[in-house]
Amino acid sequence: MTTSTTTSTGPADDRTSVRDLSTGTTATRVLGAATIVTMGWLVAFGLGFSPADRDQEDAVRILYMHVPTAWLAYLAFVVTAVSSAIYLFGKNHSLGFDRIAGASAEIGVVFMALTLATGMLWGKLTWGVYWQWDARLTTTALLFVSYIGYLAVRGLGGSHDQRAKRSAVVGLLVVIEIPLVHFSVRMWRSLHQEASVLDSDGDVNMDGLMLFSLFVGVVAFTLLYVWLLLHRSRVIAMEDLLDDQGLDRALDERRAERAL
Amino acid sequence: MAGILALQDAGFILGSYALTFGVIAGFALRVLSGGRRLASRIDDDDKYWS
Repeated sequence: MTTSTTTSTGPADDRTSVRDLSTGTTATRVLGAATIVTMGWLVAFGLGFSPADRDQEDAVRILYMHVPTAWLAYLAFVVTAVSSAIYLFGKNHSLGFDRIAGASAEIGVVFMALTLATGMLWGKLTWGVYWQWDARLTTTALLFVSYIGYLAVRGLGGSHDQRAKRSAVVGLLVVIEIPLVHFSVRMWRSLHQEASVLDSDGDVNMDGLMLFSLFVGVVAFTLLYVWLLLHRSRVIAMEDLLDDQGLDRALDERRAERAL
Repeated sequence: MAGILALQDAGFILGSYALTFGVIAGFALRVLSGGRRLASRIDDDDKYWS
């Protein structure tokens, strides 16, 4: 546990206070260690043990980054929507759910940016171009921009409850884009390939070692997502608390001025 | 290591891994350092996780 010793210099208070300077707990440290180990496996399998693809050759190795980040971005946005719904329709209107929604959206945006970037690198090797205004790519870019908009809405002024309410509504609206992104390759003629892991009959049609490498990637990025979510939601809780304390202090000062 | 460098289009493949891990490490460090900065201004009693 990381601690800091702060010695008060005030005459009335000569206590030595020790504060926990970390947003971590034993659970998050174990989770963080597991994430690093699993990421190591992902690199070993993705770059080493997994075979090259018959058609894509070694370019397939980029997909061990691209696919898990895409799936985890979807998961992060669904968590944002579910947390938003619980905040909005729950009896308590707990701000804890709003913080989870905000933290999850931030992580989702980072993962989505990585999905787009790694997809462009893979596209250059496979299609010969970094970008095409294809249905899957365009809807994914739209999803990315929508969640940047969601984060911008969270950053508007007002009380925490106002922030939570308006961002919950936006969070529930933009999540509708996820099925659009997923089914875009079936709804329109698309350069992007259809689902590779499971075909339309639900059969697995990947080489065993490739499938395992992808599985390791999904596990590694899921652990990372949970670790980031715990830390980021705690940071948002502290930001909110300091906001409240600052507001209370300003109100006290104003009352003191009036009393004079 | 030599095997990895011998991959076809190694620059693109290694670049995608480096980009992913670099961005994630940057984001994680930003979250952790933000947490440390704010935690020094808040009592432990107000940290529900501690």
